[in-house]
Amino acid sequence: MPNLKDLKVRINSVKSTQKITSAMKMVAAAKLRRAQEYAEEARPYSARMDRMIATLAGKMNDVGGPKLLAGTGKSDSHLLVVMTADRGLCGGFNSSIVRATRKRIAQLKNDGKQVKLVCVGRKGSDQLQREAGELITESLEGITRGKIEFSAVADIGARLINMFEAGDFDVCTMIYNKFQSAMTQIVTEQQIIPASIPESESDEDTVGMYEYEPDESAILAELLPKNVSTQLFSALLENTASEHGARMTAMDSATRNAGEMIDKLTLTYNRTRQAFITKELIEIISGAEAL
Amino acid sequence: MAETTLFELVSPERLIISKDVSMVVVPGSEGLFGVLPRHTSMLSALAPGVVDIYEEGVITEQLFVVNGFAEVTGDRCTVLAEDVIPIEDLNPDELEEKIEQMRVDAQNTSEETSIRLNALIAQKEVVLQAMRIVRLK
Repeated sequence: MPNLKDLKVRINSVKSTQKITSAMKMVAAAKLRRAQEYAEEARPYSARMDRMIATLAGKMNDVGGPKLLAGTGKSDSHLLVVMTADRGLCGGFNSSIVRATRKRIAQLKNDGKQVKLVCVGRKGSDQLQREAGELITESLEGITRGKIEFSAVADIGARLINMFEAGDFDVCTMIYNKFQSAMTQIVTEQQIIPASIPESESDEDTVGMYEYEPDESAILAELLPKNVSTQLFSALLENTASEHGARMTAMDSATRNAGEMIDKLTLTYNRTRQAFITKELIEIISGAEAL
Repeated sequence: MAETTLFELVSPERLIISKDVSMVVVPGSEGLFGVLPRHTSMLSALAPGVVDIYEEGVITEQLFVVNGFAEVTGDRCTVLAEDVIPIEDLNPDELEEKIEQMRVDAQNTSEETSIRLNALIAQKEVVLQAMRIVRLK
């Protein structure tokens, strides 16, 4: 028969775990709201950037255009930017990204390509260290702590572009979680170098009517590196919103599970207590009868 | 029909201004240009400088922009800028201190980072110059 005191101790420890998880859920919910706001506020910029690039790219297609747009002409070496969280306890958030990354690495290696990794977020590099440690060229952390600064992201963008220009890779793809709702995040792979051209929404005839200052190629040369940073930035914002969403959901279910466990343990505790009392009564009665 | 242009100022973090104005003056890389309704469509890179917003003939807002682009069509003018500072909050001295600090850093690091820092310093100096001119006005 289980010891009453042990049961009591277990109930108390589950209760305190429940308190922690429900507090974490609240914190994640508050952070989620803010992260979502940031992500939404950042949308106009990337939408307008896309529009400009689409307009320009439409014109440049016939002439070839800069390397950031047209690519190096081969795809031997791939760089994957893996975006994860710095912290765990957020359900399948990190592992789903890592799983997608592994799959991608295997697939690229099968095709005989070279693979390099840049990990943003500590959890990604931790989990990939064992099997793909030698592929990780850089791992960054601490960017998603607090508000994400565009200047910090622009710095990463500049570094990627430097690597690209030095010929370290031909194609750059980022892997991150797109925010759908607090419950669902979608693992997304998005190619950022060479730039994937968004579908031009403006009519064909308006495209030709633009005037350019200084000229098309100069603007494009300035716009494209910015576009890389902008895409990284919006992906990071989405990713952070997803992280908090995933953590909120995970903590919510942890709190619920703890509640169920407490109920079950309390039931056992009461049963055991009753059994003890019954046993004692039987002992007393049989003792009295024996006299 | 009272003619206005929809002016939008967007930074990576958020949409800062979106309203109908009578004219905006934008610091293009080839010189200042004013945008009135029915302006011809154009795309321009921006030099660091001040965007003046005119409503009914008077300047209602002035903002300092860094690293930007402008897209102009007949009925709207969109400015994308990495840094947007309201003109009252402009602080060239602070930037100068930062540049000084970066110079010191550039001397004390590896060659590779110092090249990167120097490029950054050059950029910031252009911005600083533009800020000083604004202050002098």
